[in-house]
Amino acid sequence: MPNTKSVKSLLEKIPGYQKKLLSLREIILANAVMIGEHQAETFNESDRIDFLSDRFTECGLLNISIDEVGNAIAILPGKNKDKNILVAAHADTVFKKTVDHTVMVEPNFIIGPGIADNSLGLSILGVLPVILEKLDIQFTSNIIFLGTVQSLGRGELKGIRFFLDNFNKPIDSAICVEGVHLGRLSYKSLGMLRGEITCHATRESEWDDFDSKGIIPDLIKIISEISRIPIPEKPKTSIILGSVEAGTSYNTAPLSSNLRFEIRSEKDKMVREIQKRIEEIVDDAAIATGSKIVFDIIARISPGGLNDNHPLVINTKHLMRSLGIDSKITPSVGLLSALINKGIPGITLGLTKGSNLHELNESIKIDPIFKGLAQLIGIMQLADLEN
Amino acid sequence: MNIEPWLKSNTFHHSMFWNNLALLEQKEKKDQTVSLCIPTLNEEKTIGKEIVIFKSELMDRYPLIDEIAVIDSGSTDNTLEVAESFGADVYLSSDILPEEGEKKGKGENLWKAIYQLKGDIICYVDADIKNVHPRFAYGLIAPLLYHDQIKYVKAFYDRPLVVSGNIRVSGGGRVTEILMRPLFSLFFPELTAIVQPLSGEYAVRRNVLDKLPFPIGYGVETSHILDVYHRWGLEAFGQTDLDQRVHRNQTTAALGKMSFGILQSFLNRVERNGMLEKLPDLSHIHRQFQFRNNQYEQTTSKIIEEERPPMITIPAYREKFGLEKN
Repeated sequence: MPNTKSVKSLLEKIPGYQKKLLSLREIILANAVMIGEHQAETFNESDRIDFLSDRFTECGLLNISIDEVGNAIAILPGKNKDKNILVAAHADTVFKKTVDHTVMVEPNFIIGPGIADNSLGLSILGVLPVILEKLDIQFTSNIIFLGTVQSLGRGELKGIRFFLDNFNKPIDSAICVEGVHLGRLSYKSLGMLRGEITCHATRESEWDDFDSKGIIPDLIKIISEISRIPIPEKPKTSIILGSVEAGTSYNTAPLSSNLRFEIRSEKDKMVREIQKRIEEIVDDAAIATGSKIVFDIIARISPGGLNDNHPLVINTKHLMRSLGIDSKITPSVGLLSALINKGIPGITLGLTKGSNLHELNESIKIDPIFKGLAQLIGIMQLADLEN
Repeated sequence: MNIEPWLKSNTFHHSMFWNNLALLEQKEKKDQTVSLCIPTLNEEKTIGKEIVIFKSELMDRYPLIDEIAVIDSGSTDNTLEVAESFGADVYLSSDILPEEGEKKGKGENLWKAIYQLKGDIICYVDADIKNVHPRFAYGLIAPLLYHDQIKYVKAFYDRPLVVSGNIRVSGGGRVTEILMRPLFSLFFPELTAIVQPLSGEYAVRRNVLDKLPFPIGYGVETSHILDVYHRWGLEAFGQTDLDQRVHRNQTTAALGKMSFGILQSFLNRVERNGMLEKLPDLSHIHRQFQFRNNQYEQTTSKIIEEERPPMITIPAYREKFGLEKN
């Protein structure tokens, strides 16, 4: 049973953290900038992970290591060595190695590719020990800091899955940190399937068929059919068409085209039904066009999560209210889903407001970061009380 | 010629000083204070990041720097507001030593910084560094803390022009290669050991800075090098490789103006040192740099500009074309 008196006393204390956090502003921002300037395309996160690991060393954490897949791990020991709280953030971003990763600092914004998703979130792991020391906060539980690799897209959450399969201590609760958006609260995982459809022309070159329009029309037909799939209101379901690629010039008909998409639903059954329908569309298109069309499943996640009345959920909502944060409950398909699959109570939070997500001018607001951090520290303390 | 031993003993790489904690202990042992000065004119796009990085890493985490000051020439954008919002001390150059009047130019800000700032060591860093990193300050300050004989530390940067195997030609900027290195090769061959004499980042002891005159424009770096060399010799210099520096590129026209200013400062020094009336034997060796097996070394080329007389003075020519004698 939660110690409600302790919780109440903590909820009153946490809003006061914000003022002290302001005195650490440059340390917090500099870490976000320096993490953000280390490019970290999925599968190539090692520079960023090395930097984070160095930060862990500077903070005096224990058991600092980089594991076989490349995750950075460190431990802030608590008074009770048997209890463990995981604080995790994904290190990878959607930006390629070739993108200029220069970060700009304006009076109330930090701007740069990946700064919101998830340079800020990751950078906080490297500065939290300094903050906790400044706020004179100690924990009963061990705090496990984890920067994960291979989380996005084709990474299929390999980093966190590896950690959860191989870490030799039980995780009692977990908090996943995202740069944006402050107010986000995820404690359920959606059913999800990420897929790719690739169309290959069977012709050798454009000269085989002077009137050839290439392979793009074939993909357009498939997209059009996918768009006609009926989407129910309940269970909440969506099909996101995330990326289309084909061709390189004005006057050469391409020989291949590619669609990336994601199916999300509160029910696994619905994800599977839509998957089956898309497979039928692909088969029909292959027969009708004579092209070779391949459907690959890149990643799959089963739905699940905490109940609305789980203490971690209730306490987090109380804390958000006491900080004046409007909470928005959103399901997750990120690190949280891997935790849920392992039966570990966990939530995902955002730290600040941001805009232009996944654009080169991705930006975050500076001022709300301090409230977001007070929220994160508060939830760590509340989770510690529950342990 | 002291160039090769000097290159070995007084040329550093920033990675030699990565341990900021050790650096901090050395600073305390030497009982030195350090000021960071950033001269500005309309730098609102880059100044915020510079202040945040330097303050976080070299004041809050490891207090190697005792003050960060922005000295501004009268920006019309928000340079001062941005710098102040992230914790820098900001000054208008015109407000410092007003009785000495006001001149416009980067050198003016650097000169007034000596009066305004408190440090035993002053580290100057330009405000337009896109890839700013703490090394841009500690890499320059560290040699002064570890080597008592070094008084003036210049930055240089990795600008690989040609890479072949493990030999890399290490070049300066365009003005350095086209103007400075040929001038130094001719008049002050030892100074060619300084890889990038015009770099805008350097750290200097106060007791040296307060004895130097300051051209207020483009010539400030050149004049410092000549004056420090004249008074204390090559051994007073150190230089640190800070790896890459990304900054805005200047037009050829702008570099022409810069060269004109530099040449004025250079010739002033040559005249002041009595070299104009009594020119030294001009060297025929042009000196450049390459990086081989993790060591910097000079490459020399003998360039003798021989001359032929006017054709009309050649007897065979005169005879062929029937020209009278004389």
